[in-house]
Formats: sequence, structure tokens, C-alpha cells
Amino acid sequence: MNDMSPNKAEREAKLEGMGCRRKRVEDVRFTQGKGNFVDDIKLPGMLFGDFVRSPYAHARIKGINIKKAMKVPGVLAVLTATELKGVNLAWMPTLAGDVQMVLADGKVLFQNQEVAFVVATDRYAAADGVEAVEVDYEALPVLVDPFKAMDKNAPVLREDLKGKTSGAHGPRKHHNHIFEWTMGDKDLTEAAFRKADVTIKELISYHRTHPSPLETCQSVASFDKIKGELTVWGTFQAPHVIRTVASLISTIPEHKIHVISPDVGGGFGNKVGAYPGYICSIVASIVTGKPVKWVEDRIENLTATSFARDYHMTAEIAATKDGKVQALRVHVLADHGAFDACADPSKWPAGFFNIVTGSYDFPVAHCAVDGVYTNKAPGGVAYRCSFRVTEAAYCIERAMDILAKKLNMDPAELRLKNFIRRDQFPYQSALGWEYDSGDYHTAMKQGMEKIGYPALREEQKRKQADFKAGKTRDIMGIGVSFFTEIVGAGPSKNCDILGIAMFDSCEIRIHPTGSAIARVGTKSTGQAHETTWAQIIATEIGIPSADIMVEEGNTDTAPYGLGTYGSRSTPVAGAAIAMAARKIKAKAQMIAAYMLEVHEGDLQFDIDGFRVKGLPEKFKSMKEIAWAAYHSVPPGMEPGLEAVSYYDPPNMTYPFGAYFCVMDIDVDTGVYKIRRFYALDDCGTRINPMVIEGQVHGGLTEAFAIAMGQEIRYDAGGNVLTGSFMDFFIPTAVETPVWETDHTVTPSPHHPIGAKGVGESPNVGGVPAFSNAVNDAFGFLGATHIQMPHDYWRNWEAAKSLGLIK
Amino acid sequence: MSKTHVKFKLNGAAAEGMCEPRTLLVHFIRENLSITGTHIGCETTHCGACTVDLNGKSVKSCTLLAVQAQGADVVTIEGMANADGTLGALQEGFRQMHGLQCGYCTPGMIVRAHRLLKENPKPTDEEIRFGIAGNLCRCTGYQNIVKAIQHAAAKLRGEEYLEAAE
Repeated sequence: MNDMSPNKAEREAKLEGMGCRRKRVEDVRFTQGKGNFVDDIKLPGMLFGDFVRSPYAHARIKGINIKKAMKVPGVLAVLTATELKGVNLAWMPTLAGDVQMVLADGKVLFQNQEVAFVVATDRYAAADGVEAVEVDYEALPVLVDPFKAMDKNAPVLREDLKGKTSGAHGPRKHHNHIFEWTMGDKDLTEAAFRKADVTIKELISYHRTHPSPLETCQSVASFDKIKGELTVWGTFQAPHVIRTVASLISTIPEHKIHVISPDVGGGFGNKVGAYPGYICSIVASIVTGKPVKWVEDRIENLTATSFARDYHMTAEIAATKDGKVQALRVHVLADHGAFDACADPSKWPAGFFNIVTGSYDFPVAHCAVDGVYTNKAPGGVAYRCSFRVTEAAYCIERAMDILAKKLNMDPAELRLKNFIRRDQFPYQSALGWEYDSGDYHTAMKQGMEKIGYPALREEQKRKQADFKAGKTRDIMGIGVSFFTEIVGAGPSKNCDILGIAMFDSCEIRIHPTGSAIARVGTKSTGQAHETTWAQIIATEIGIPSADIMVEEGNTDTAPYGLGTYGSRSTPVAGAAIAMAARKIKAKAQMIAAYMLEVHEGDLQFDIDGFRVKGLPEKFKSMKEIAWAAYHSVPPGMEPGLEAVSYYDPPNMTYPFGAYFCVMDIDVDTGVYKIRRFYALDDCGTRINPMVIEGQVHGGLTEAFAIAMGQEIRYDAGGNVLTGSFMDFFIPTAVETPVWETDHTVTPSPHHPIGAKGVGESPNVGGVPAFSNAVNDAFGFLGATHIQMPHDYWRNWEAAKSLGLIK
Repeated sequence: MSKTHVKFKLNGAAAEGMCEPRTLLVHFIRENLSITGTHIGCETTHCGACTVDLNGKSVKSCTLLAVQAQGADVVTIEGMANADGTLGALQEGFRQMHGLQCGYCTPGMIVRAHRLLKENPKPTDEEIRFGIAGNLCRCTGYQNIVKAIQHAAAKLRGEEYLEAAE
């Protein structure tokens, strides 16, 4: 390695570092059925737990009879709230500062709520046991509509909160009120509205939906009575947090709890929180002395473990008559279901909803969010988005289109007129954020050029004339969406979960022969961390990524991290990885200097080793340096080559993008066809373009689902109408459009490698693009705002309400 | 509940065990036989994570009883590799074209694609999309899965597939 060959390009290619389309190392096991998912775990003597669930949305429990169930062959135990009270676990704390019943304590508050946990020798016996448990319910009045939650005579849902006039986030205004959260300057905003030329106001609802990863939530708990140690394998996006919570709510010290997230079959926010199933499997293992597995079925997943959205946003914009925005005002009614189990950083009851000013230079703004209880499943998770960011992006992107329509301006032109300019970054938003970097005009113009925007508008005009002339029954919509995300939670100054700052971590060990292991505090649920984390290290220290093993998910071996959600892995852990690698590089430089008998300052890093400046033949490769680290370090230096970094990010990162959707709708049937969908993403430095594009495809597909039909619906009695994949829309390959991807690169100035998050951008930007396309299609016929989801039936309803169908 | 003896050919080798008549094929394969590559995603025949090949047809093993497989020829993801242990054409296609992310739908998707290519060795993209409509994926948006299957189809026909993964 002391000569100049092989050449630079070859040496760089050999590293497979940042920027290359490295094939995934995970795929070798997954394509052969050799992944290790929770349900694949089989321990000697393992039992199986299953839930008795409530058929009622709101009812008092007058009695639970387990006698018949205990006689079912194979049934060993039935846990109810009574048993859990014995270990002080009938209720558990939520991430949002509320408490939640683990098993129904006196009453049930939503359909399919967990009432009892049957433990049996296998899953069939457990299901038999569930059938045999007799529960005596007394039905109570049901509250489904969040707009009626704070009516004077609304039923009291949470009797446990009786007399509590304040909660974790301040005063409560009503017995079904959870919190009110406000941001911005109310008076200045009001003043701006008073003198505005033009204002718009619209109720924009983002309906309830569900992340539904293909693998449901599941766990295996094994308590060793002799050692007093608990091991839990589970579908956890944040295993360390689960360990800490488990320790805080049990009497087991944290060092005796081993939490392991093996391969996880998708998360999308569903697997951040702690669920009754996890707790019950743990308690059941302690009670029976045997390992206990709990596996949720799809109906349970859709109806009980978390939901997303259910935000009802009244948005107002004040603008000048030539289309310059002056102020934004938003009120949100947030339906949190029966318990506030929102998975947000603890101080943020409405997540980062105050990103609602979007990509536009609003001088002033004000937002207020009221959270209320209803008889629906608890949750409020960030389904493929940073905390409440997709709601915010949908709100502002719809509102901007509504303003454009009122001003008779082109929606793209209105956006270009109001974008935060490149020279304004770092930009202080009216609602309190400091946007790190952006170049919105360039991205928007590139998108408009690639999609052929002016020609599409011309075509639309012709089609509209044809429609009015009765020559066609098709209408054409062009959906424009420009989003700014806020990801990478987050800086310790404003982000924590139950008091733990939201840093992330990496530990790297270089072995004597020059290969390495890196352990990271995140947990991939499909994001290819084993592949991409190695790429960062490869570029930073010059070891081929093929020689670096990445390990996550085992709390005994990985450094403490806050996990993977909210597109935080690259912004936070990605930074920790680069910083740990740089510590190694610094030590390697000292060792190389000793080996080459020069001063450290005389060396420069060159792809895969250190070279003496001006003497190119004097070179030591990282492989040689690694050996020396265990063999001949400079006098006084500790041997070995490893480093740990805990990274507290100075700021969030702010990815952005320009999305365009071209859609045709047949007004007589409501049937739509997505003709084109173009997505330009700017996530700063790109670590693996193949993985990024794959993430964009997947996020767009989820956005398509949500905007065009996916919904958790309830009837007036609180019965879930969309409880299986029969009714809950997951697009197949047939419905899913073909995606066109593109990018610009505006690095984050504060991130060590300039990277931002990306996995959730397509969901955040995609939903408004689809919805704007539908609204744009109907716009010339008089529609201002049609609520999502835009399935065929609702499109047909929209056409009917506009008088288009006789 | 009394148990029944079930025997069939699994990935070319004899497999047998005792199970209740109500035992689902997917549970029999995963739990009695400890072959865990086949997954469960919905229990209602919608998602296809449990797809196996049974007597030359793609079936969803979550809605088939183990006893219905008596004497059958069953192939799962574990039977998709080449005889020498290297990745089969579909497995390699999925890896090359980034046709998977979390990996949970992948076994069912590959087993389904295997039958699709047997029935139609030179499918159009549209035919592939229709052919895998019984298999849901939450991560990839299917675009690279279509390419992965085209990659494998080309390889099986002895042709070269050039398009890169997006």
C-alpha cells in the first residue's frame, strides 16, 4: 500500500462509502427467509398470551368470570386488572404524560380495549381461553365526534381524572379536555388579519388512519427468577426507552433488564410506544415462571395499538391583494382517543405542529391545539412523519391552494412569491423554529421544468373548456405541494422522552486486522442501517464498508440511544457515527505519525490511510494502523482503537421538496387515474441514493394510500368499520402509481456530514400533492375544499354535491 | 383436541408432524416444523406474507389447514435458493434491484413471483403488477419489486437486465 496504485478512483470505489448505491447487506438473509423476527423466537417451555377485548366502545365492567376459561385445556392463567394491581401495573404511564389502563379497570373506553390476558400452552389454546372468559358489561353513552367532546352534557370518559383541573400540559377546560397548547403571537396575528386585503378560512381535516406495518406488534418476555433478570424481545423502534420504562414501572433494576429488538417488519411509528401486550407478556412470565409470547393479529393492530392523525385544523391566512402572505392562524381540535398516548417528545403535546408556517415567509402567526378524549383507540403516533408534521404540511399546503384560488393566482406562482429566500437561512420562523438551510426557489423551478408545468396548465384549460362544452366527463387536476419537514429530534434544550434527552449514539471498535464493528442506538425497521451506517464510517476512516458490521437493537451491547422514528436516525445517530469515526481517525493519525516518524501535522488523510504531505510514497493504510494500535502504539498511549460518541444535535434538520401530481377523474364514477407523480427531495448530503429513492417510493405509496382512501372509521356507536385489510386500504401493485424521483442537494450546515432525514418526507409532501390534485380538478366547478380521503365514492359525492351528476 | 398425522413434501424433502385438525398450514410450517421464513401479516388472505407454493399453485398458508396439505408438494422461501446454496434468480433480483426494505413481505413475494414466472416467463410490468396484487408491501411502493422480478425473468431467460434500481 506504500505506492500510489491502485489509483484513487479504484481505492474509493473499494470503500463503498457515502454517495454510492451500495447493495444492502440485510438482503442476503431476508431473501432467504432467514430474518429473525419476534414471532420466529421459540424458547423452551414458551407460553402464549392472548387478549379478551371489549366489544363496547364505552361500558362499565360489572364482573369478569374466568372459571370456565381456567378449565379450557392448556390455559394456565388469566390476568385481569385485579391481578395487575397486585404488581401496581393495572395502569401505565404514556409518553404524553397521561396514564393508560393496561387491562380494563372498572370500565372500557374504546372498542377492542384489552380486558383480560389469557395465558396458555399455545396460541390455539389461548384463543379458546379468550372465548371462555365471561365479562358482564353495562353499556354507557358513547362519544365519537371530537366536536362534541366538550359539550356541556358530554359523557364523562375518564373518571380517573375527576376533579383534576390540570394535566401534564397545563389547565383542562372540560372533563374531556386534555390540553391546550399555543404558539406564536396572538395579538400581532390578529392585527395583521384586521388590516389584510384578503383572508381565507377553512376547516381542513386530516382523518384518522393507522401505520399498519406488515408485521404487527409482538413480544416475548422471559423472566429468570433465579437471576432476577428479565429479557424482552419485541417489535420496538426504541428498545432503550422500553428498557428504562420497564425498569421505572417495575421493581426490576435497569441492568437486569435486557431488551432486544430483532429484525422488525416495518414500524412507521406503530412500534414506538409501549402497549398493554408488552406489559402483560412480562407480568405473565413473572407469574408463570416461563417465557410468554404475545402476537397481535391484524384486527387488534388496526383497532387497538395506536392510530395516527385525527387532526381537525381551522386554517386562516391573511394576504395582500397581490398574494403576499401576512399572517397565519390555525386552531386544531385533536382527537386523542381514550388515553393521551401520543408518541411525541414529552414537552410537545402537539408534536412539532408549529412547523405549520411551512416553506413560506409569514411575518406573524399563531396556532392553538386543543386535545380531547373520545371513545376511540389511544395513540396519536407519527405515522411515517416527524411529530404532527404531516398534519402541519397538509394544513398549510391546502390553505395556500385555497388562497391561490381566492386570489385567482396559479398555486405554483403563489408559492414562489412567498418562499423563504435562500439568503434568509438560517431562518427564524414566526412559530419559533430556526430552519437550518434551504433553496426552495431552485427546487420548485427544477420541479416545474421537469414536469412541464406550463404545458400541463394549458392542457388543463383545454380540458376544462371541453368539459363545460359537454365533450368529456373527465376532469384534470394538477396537485402542487412544497413541504418543509422538521426532523432529527432532537436538541436536549427542547427534546426529551420522560426526561431523557433525545441524543443518539455510536460505538465503533476497529479490530487488529482492520475490520470493525459499529453499534448504534437506533433500530432499523427497514431503513438499511446495516448498509448505510457502514458507508458513513467507510468514508470517514477509510475501511471498506464490507469490513464493517453494524449492530443495533440489543440494549446490552448498543450504547443508549433513543431509537428510530421521526426521521431522526441520520440527523442524530448519523452524526454520532461520524463523530465516533472522527475520534478513531484522530487516534489513527497519532499512531500513523509514530509509525512514519513524523509529526501528526505533517500527515494528511487520503481515502484509506494517512500520507506524509510532500512525500506521497510515505503512507500508512488504516489496515496497517489498526494492527499497530494493538501492537506498537506511541509511548504513553493506550492500546486499542475504539471510540464512543453521544451526539446532542444543536438543531433539527429541515429537509424539503417539491411534489407534483397529475390526476384525471371521471366525475360520473369518481374513478381517478394518477397520470404522473414527480417528487423532488432535498435531504442534504445523500448517503446511499438507492436507499433514498426506495424510501421515497415507499413513503409516496403510503401518502397515496392515506390521501386516496386509507382510514380508520367509526360508526356512531364507536364500532370500528375498517378493522381488517378488507376495509382498510393498503394499495396493491396494481393501484400504486409509478413514481418519478429527483433531487437537489442543500447540506445541513450544522450536521457533521451535512445530511438531513428523508424517510418521511414523501409521506409529508405526498399527501397534500394528491389532495391538492383532487381539489384542483374540482376547483373550476366551484369546489373550495373537499375533505380527504378521496376515494372513488367521495369523489362521486363531491361531483354530486357540485351538481355535476343529475 | 385429538391430533392428526400430516405428511407432505417440503422443499423437496419429506416433512411430517402431529397437529390438531384446525391447525393452519402456516402455523404447522412455522411452529411444528420450525421453518420460519414464511410470515403472517393479516390472517385474512389479503397480505400474502404467508404465500407458499402448493402443488404448483400460489396459496396463502394462513387460510389453509395443515391437513389440506396432506401428501402435497409444498415450496417455501427456504426452497428458492439454487442447488449449490447461492441465491436463486429471484433472490438475486430482489437484492440487485432493491426490491425489499424491512424484509417481512419478501418471502411471500418471492414465492409468488416464482410461480408467476413459471406461468409467464416474459411478463410485462403490468402483468407483474397484476400477478403480485395478492401480496402487499408497506415499504417499497412495488416499483423496485417489479424491476426485481424483471431482473430475475431476464436471468432465467438467459438475457441481461440493465436497468438500475431506483
